[in-house]
Formats: sequence, structure tokens, C-alpha cells
Amino acid sequence: MSEGIGARVLRKEDKRFITGNGKYTDDVRNDNQCYAAFVRSPHAHARINGIDKSAAEAMAGVEAVLDGHQLTGDGIGNIICGWAITSKDGTPMNMGAWSALATEFVRYVGDAVAIVVADSPANAKSAAEAVNVDYKVLPSVTAPEKALESGAPQIHPEAAGNLIYDWEIGEKDATEAAIAGAAYVCEMDITNNRVAPNPMEPRSAVATYDTSEDHYTLYTTSQNPHVARLVLSAFYQVAPEHKLRVIAPDVGGGFGAKIYIYPEEIACLWASMKTRCSVKWTSDRSEAFLTDAHGRDHVSTAKMGFDADNKIVGFQIDTIANLGAYMSLFSSAVPTYLYATLLSGQYDISNIHCNVRTVYTNTTPVDAYRGAGRPEACYLIERMMETAARELGVDAGELRRNNFVQEFPHQTPVIMAYDAGDFGANLDAAKAAADYDGFEARRSEAASRGKLRGIGMSSYIEACGIAPSAAVGSLGAGVGLWESAEVRVNPVGTIEVLTGSHAHGQGHETTFAQVVSDRFGLPTDNVQIVHGDTDKVQFGMGTYGSRSGAVGMSAIVKALDKVEAKAKKIAAHLLEADEGDIVIENGEVKVAGTDKTLGWHEVCLGAYTAHNLPEGMEPGLKEGAFYDPANFTFPAGTYICEVEVDPDTGTTEIVQFVASDDFGTIINPMIVEGQVHGGIAQGVGQALLEQAVYDDSGQLLTGSYMDYAMPRADDLPNYKVSHESTICPNNPLGIKGCGEAGAIGSPPAVINAITDAIGNNDLSMPATPAKVWAAIQAVATKEAAE
Amino acid sequence: MASVSMTMNGKAVSGEVEDRTLLVQFIRENLRLTGTHVGCDTSQCGACVVHIDGKAVKSCTMLAAQADGCDVTTIEGLADGDLHPMQLAFKENHGLQCGFCTPGMIMAAVDMVNRKGKDLDEKTVRTELEGNICRCTGYHNIVKAIQDGASKM
Repeated sequence: MSEGIGARVLRKEDKRFITGNGKYTDDVRNDNQCYAAFVRSPHAHARINGIDKSAAEAMAGVEAVLDGHQLTGDGIGNIICGWAITSKDGTPMNMGAWSALATEFVRYVGDAVAIVVADSPANAKSAAEAVNVDYKVLPSVTAPEKALESGAPQIHPEAAGNLIYDWEIGEKDATEAAIAGAAYVCEMDITNNRVAPNPMEPRSAVATYDTSEDHYTLYTTSQNPHVARLVLSAFYQVAPEHKLRVIAPDVGGGFGAKIYIYPEEIACLWASMKTRCSVKWTSDRSEAFLTDAHGRDHVSTAKMGFDADNKIVGFQIDTIANLGAYMSLFSSAVPTYLYATLLSGQYDISNIHCNVRTVYTNTTPVDAYRGAGRPEACYLIERMMETAARELGVDAGELRRNNFVQEFPHQTPVIMAYDAGDFGANLDAAKAAADYDGFEARRSEAASRGKLRGIGMSSYIEACGIAPSAAVGSLGAGVGLWESAEVRVNPVGTIEVLTGSHAHGQGHETTFAQVVSDRFGLPTDNVQIVHGDTDKVQFGMGTYGSRSGAVGMSAIVKALDKVEAKAKKIAAHLLEADEGDIVIENGEVKVAGTDKTLGWHEVCLGAYTAHNLPEGMEPGLKEGAFYDPANFTFPAGTYICEVEVDPDTGTTEIVQFVASDDFGTIINPMIVEGQVHGGIAQGVGQALLEQAVYDDSGQLLTGSYMDYAMPRADDLPNYKVSHESTICPNNPLGIKGCGEAGAIGSPPAVINAITDAIGNNDLSMPATPAKVWAAIQAVATKEAAE
Repeated sequence: MASVSMTMNGKAVSGEVEDRTLLVQFIRENLRLTGTHVGCDTSQCGACVVHIDGKAVKSCTMLAAQADGCDVTTIEGLADGDLHPMQLAFKENHGLQCGFCTPGMIMAAVDMVNRKGKDLDEKTVRTELEGNICRCTGYHNIVKAIQDGASKM
């Protein structure tokens, strides 16, 4: 059976996970292992008057209690945001200082003030509680729109009025004029709720300093260990790059939250040097809620104008995005280049203008969470399309189709140039799978049971594999967004692939091996994927933004091209044939049209014995490649959600969820379907259940699984997933990416379905039973009044 | 300090632990069986499920001392041979992605079959999984895996 591209190969990595032999960061234990606990601010905003460490330092097992003055005194640099955004008036963004351990002010509940190192986790925690910090509590603000009001508490001296930047994209005057002349204008205020990413493995770091070599090793829960090393070295001055090894072993989910370099990794590395102990810190779940970067948190007002033919003529959006108390690594890019550039959706819109103000608040920093900007854009567009269809009295699917981009490439007015797609095909496939036309009969049947049944749609587009490096650099990115790979062919013909991508659930060890298998006809068992260790892999940008297929695999393909070319040269020499006549298939190297054949392993061995190589050829068979994409990729699709609402309780049950996606070439359908399932679950979670909630004093009320509604098995449906693919023309395999689509496309489909069921469009996420019940009552009250 | 002894995956084990030591800490730190995971601090996520005297228990919810004299099975000791049918079903149905919740899921699933039988409908599986959280899979394939594994146990 083929194990190549398109095959439903079971995962190579599964055995270690199902037997309990996965190796996660918290499973690492070194000699001289000590444990860290952090002293954290209990206040949303306060001045630190003093820190009394004496009681903690005297406690059993305590090695050290270290504070921010010591950290900065040792030259450890501030944490930075790596993407510079320029405001529309030409001024640079107003980034406040962020020390890994706060020195003068704390700015959110959970802000780290000191690190305690002790001989056991329990002793470290006990001592952390004994550190006495003298706080002068200051006024705080958590809501983004309130942070911009005059008189709001000032959070950073660098950002007057808490404004980080005031940025725009598109033509303002033309868009306003188009909307002014529209036959119909859909206007909505839309909030995208703040959520907590919640990978099931809490963040963890194990830092070890080798005195004799002046060398650091960091095991950490990272989606991008090389970027972590680069930032820790170049910007935070923890250690020079060649003296710092970062290993991200098995990582238990990321969803964005494990992209960033947090205070804890910095503090653990520094503390390992100060104490000469190996320092391990593993987050509690409560700590994770406080300190893992949150996602979303946008407040927008939008107008979408249509002409008399129901074509969109203009789309104008004003957004305030909450970045929390500090600017996390990619936080500035999320509400700008990952959000506003997708506001054309699947539609041919001539005039778009979006203004974005980002603000500091006394909350956990906000950064990319699965989808990162695209879900916020999709939610706006697709809530408005559905609302417009209802107000215009036309079918929601047909209104979309009437506005779909039909020809490619298509240049939108907001930077993106869509390269390929067939939006109508996915709409048709989703409608067929959902029996869209039979819905009214199901609605009537549900009504006979006293249930309100509704249907909602969402036609999303997103952008993956953010690129090319020169383009993102011109937009302010501090890094290039290419990927690297190295293919090492062993003398016996087995292959190791070293990749700069990082797997934390995506199944790269299988899919990447399938690409190699496909090329040479080798079993995937003969291919080993190596990743996540800066000592093994030369460099890599890691895994986020659904880039590992489109960018990571493309780098592997480029390296495979070089390996294949060299292997063919060797084979041609050995077989006394023309290089152009050599074919490699099913593990054999053949001269086409003859019976002359060598085993793959014989060619590989020949490369290493070097007894009989073409003149001037270097021995060995190992090639590397860097791949920088020419463009983003553009996955797209249509999702249809069908719900039943109990009018007595406001409880929503998702009775059907259909997804039809265009991901380009699919390497392993089983894994792609799994990615879509998980993405939809996170989107449904955001739509129905999840929200990070702060009280007026800045305390996070949703700080545990007792308070934050994580989707559980009985909250979610089965999913009907299918694909209508067009090939991406901009990478060698034609891949678009599938990691985030589910989380991007699903929230508006769910809310569109519920609002259809209850007949009230005024409903925000999460659509909890209380909110849905109140929305039902509001309709009943209005009808009674009429 | 307390002295605890128990049977762990068929072998007699013992250790000296602080009174406050949780069973999951004893398993992970003293015995170095790291397949049992800690995903939360409120006994909600189920990543730490083990079997104690044949019943599924969240090992973060009891003290090591309370397991004194008990027969404990962790994910490492579940299979008789290479793989337990439920472990195999998780692989064959793509019932895992990052793998972190997986040991707890599998231990809970085996217990589910022990209590509810081998013929499990979808609704039963979803309801019974209330105490186990997965963030990767959306549960679709976990439900399939448990139904499949149950039929093969």
C-alpha cells in the first residue's frame, strides 16, 4: 500500500504517546534538579514599594529568591514585540518596557515579581508565598474601549492614553463615498470575545547552566525553539546563541500560546546561572490562565454597503484591539497584517477601509491564538453577510455567491493577492452535505417538539505560510518567515530529515515522512523526522500560522530535489547511463526502458564508500535547503452549522456541523480531518462556551477549569468534513495549510445558526444559555408590545 | 513523612513521602512513571487518570498515602502484551494529536468499558467523557476510538 502523498497513513509517533512514553518538558529531570516558583502580582495595577525576601530565604530547601532589580542588574534585557507597526501619522508604535521580573510597577494579575528556587516544587511554592511585596494599589482598566477614555489609568509611560498605535489600511474616502452611495448598508457592532488557548500541557521550562563550558541548555514547551534561542540571545542577552541550546521535546499542544518567549524561560535560565542548579518550572493551570497569552479581544463597528444588485460596494471597519498589559512577541501583527488584510473575505470588494487602534489594559498579554486575526476578520464579514441576507430577504448562500471572487489571481484592496480557489465549489459541497435545501422541513419537525431550529453559514478565507520574508520585513516583521530542512541519507539508504518546523500534535513525523516516501518509494518506517533541538537542526522558524506544510515541507522538497539529483548522477555513473534516463521509484534506481537497476541502498552506499563516484564529486549524500515562499497560501471553504435551541432553557445543541475546505494538496487526509475537527471544536468553544472574564478590579474570574468553560465531549457534535481542492500555485506540493481553518470558519456559522433559530440577531459570543434565553425573551417581549 | 507501599503495574513499590504528596506526584516523581500527566489543578481535565483496585481515579485527587496497600495501574502497565486494544484503537482511529491527554483518556475509556460494557453508543461515550478534556481532537475521533476499542476488549 502506498504511503506517499494522499495516503491515509497511521501516525508513526502514536506508539510513544499511547503507551505513556512521550517525553514532555516536565518529564525531564536533571542531576541537581531544583524547582522554581514565581511570586506574582495579586493586583491588576500597583507600584512596588519594596520586596522583603528575608522570610522566604530562610525557609527549608530554598536556594535563592531573585527579583527584578537583580535581573536587570545582570543585564538581562526587556521582552520585546518583534513586529514594528507604524501609526497612520507616521509615528512608531508606543511599546512599553517589559522586564521578565517587574521592578517598579506590576500591570496585571499574574505579573511576575520574583523567582524562588528550592529543592522541591512544594518548598518553592511555600517560599514564594512568604515573599512580602509591599504594593501601592493603583487604578486599573481591563476593557479596551475604556482604556482609551480620557482619565483612564495610564499603564505605560511610553504609551500616552494607553494607545499603542492607530493604524489604517485601505482607502478611507473612497470607501466612505461608496457606502454613502449604497442602496443598502448593513451596520453592526461586533465584539470578538477574549479566550484562553489552553493547550493541555501547561508551559514548562528546565534550564541548566554548565559552569565549565559557560553553556546553557533549555528544555521548553516551544513551538519554535530556534526563534526562542534567537530572541533569548539577541534581545534578552541571556546567553550568546552558540552558548545556548534550546530543546522543545514532545510538546502537548500549542495553538499559538507556545510561540512566545515568556518571562519564565528567561528567569529560569538566569536563575540556573545564579544558583548553579538545574531549574525547573512547570505552570499550574491557574498560572496558565493568568500568564499564557490570551487570544482575540476585539471591539469593532462596521458598515457594509450593497448596491441594488446586492453587490458589496464598500466595507468600513473601526476596531479596537486589546493587547493586554505588555506587547507579546507577535501581538502587534495580529490585529493588523493578520486581520485587516483578510477583510475582503471571499468577496470581490473594491473599497475597504479599516482603522485599528491597539491599547494597553491591565490584563494578560494578548497574542496569536489559533487563527490569529483571521477569525476576527471572518467573524465580522460572515456575521454581516448573514445579517445582510436576512435584511435584504435573500438566501444567505446566494448573497455570498453573488459576491464571490471568481477569477484568480485576485488582488484585494487590502494587500492580499488570492492565488487560487473555487469558492462556489465549496459552497455547493457544503450545502449538499448539509441538505441545506431540506432545512425548512427539519425546522418544522423540530418546532413540533418545541425546539427552535436554525441554520447558519460561514464562507471563510484565511492566509497561511506568512511570506515572503522580504515582504513581511517591509511591513515591520523582525524575522524572515522561510523554513529550512536537511535530508541526510544514510549509507544503508534510510533517511533522516531535520526540519525547522516543530510538531506539537500535527503529526509531522508521519506526513513529512510521507513526502520522502513519495519521492523515493521507500516505506515511511525508513524515514526519521528530527526536529525541536537547536543542536541538531541548524535553524528554523517553527510552527504557527499553518506554515509547516506550505513552508516546512517545501523546504524538505527542495532538499529532496538536490538529493535526487546527486543520487541520479551517481547511479548514471555506476550504470553507465545518461543521467536523464535514471528514474527512482519503489526503492529502486533504474535506467528507463532497460532492465538495468540498482537498489536505492546500493546507490547510497556508493555515495559513502566513494570508491566509484563521478569525477570531482564529493562523497556523501546529504543536502540542505532554505525555502522562502513567494506568497501566502489561501485556504478557504464553507461551513454550515445547524442548531436546536431549547426555548425554556436557552440551551443550544449543535445537531449538525458540515465543513467543506480547500486546502490544496492533502498529504494525509486522516490528519487533515483531525486538524479540522480540532479547529472547529475551538471555534465552537469560542462561540458557545469560552470567555476570559475580568472583574472591575482586574481579577481574572475564569482562572481554572471550574470557571472557564472548556468544551467537553458532550458539548460538541460529530463533524462532516470534506474537501474541494484547488492546487496552490506558489509552492512545490500545492499545499495551502489546514491547521487553523476550523477555528476561523466556525464561530460565525454557529452564531448565525443560533440567531436564525431564535429570531434575534442581537447575540454575542459566547452564546451561553443565559444569553440565548435572554435574547429569546427580548423577542417575546417585543412581540407582546406590538 | 509517611511510608507508603502499593502494587504498581504488578510490582511491589514503596517510598517515603511527605504527607501532602499527591498520588500523581508519587507516580511521576518517586517512581518516574511519567506517562501519567498533570493538566490542571482542580481535578477537571483527567490527564492523570489511573486505575486503583480496578477503578478509574484521578491521581491528582488523592494522596499517595491513601493509595497505601492498593493495586495501581498506570498507562505504562495497561497492556498485557504490546498494546491494549484500547491503545491500538486510539492509534487506528487517530484519537490523539499532541498525546498529552491520551493516557488519561485511554485509562478512563477502559474503565468506561468495564462499567458500561463493550457496546457503547456515542451519547454514552460523550457523557462518560465529561471528566476528560482534550484540546486537539474535538473529541470526534476519541469517541470513535473508544467505541472501536470497546468492541475489541
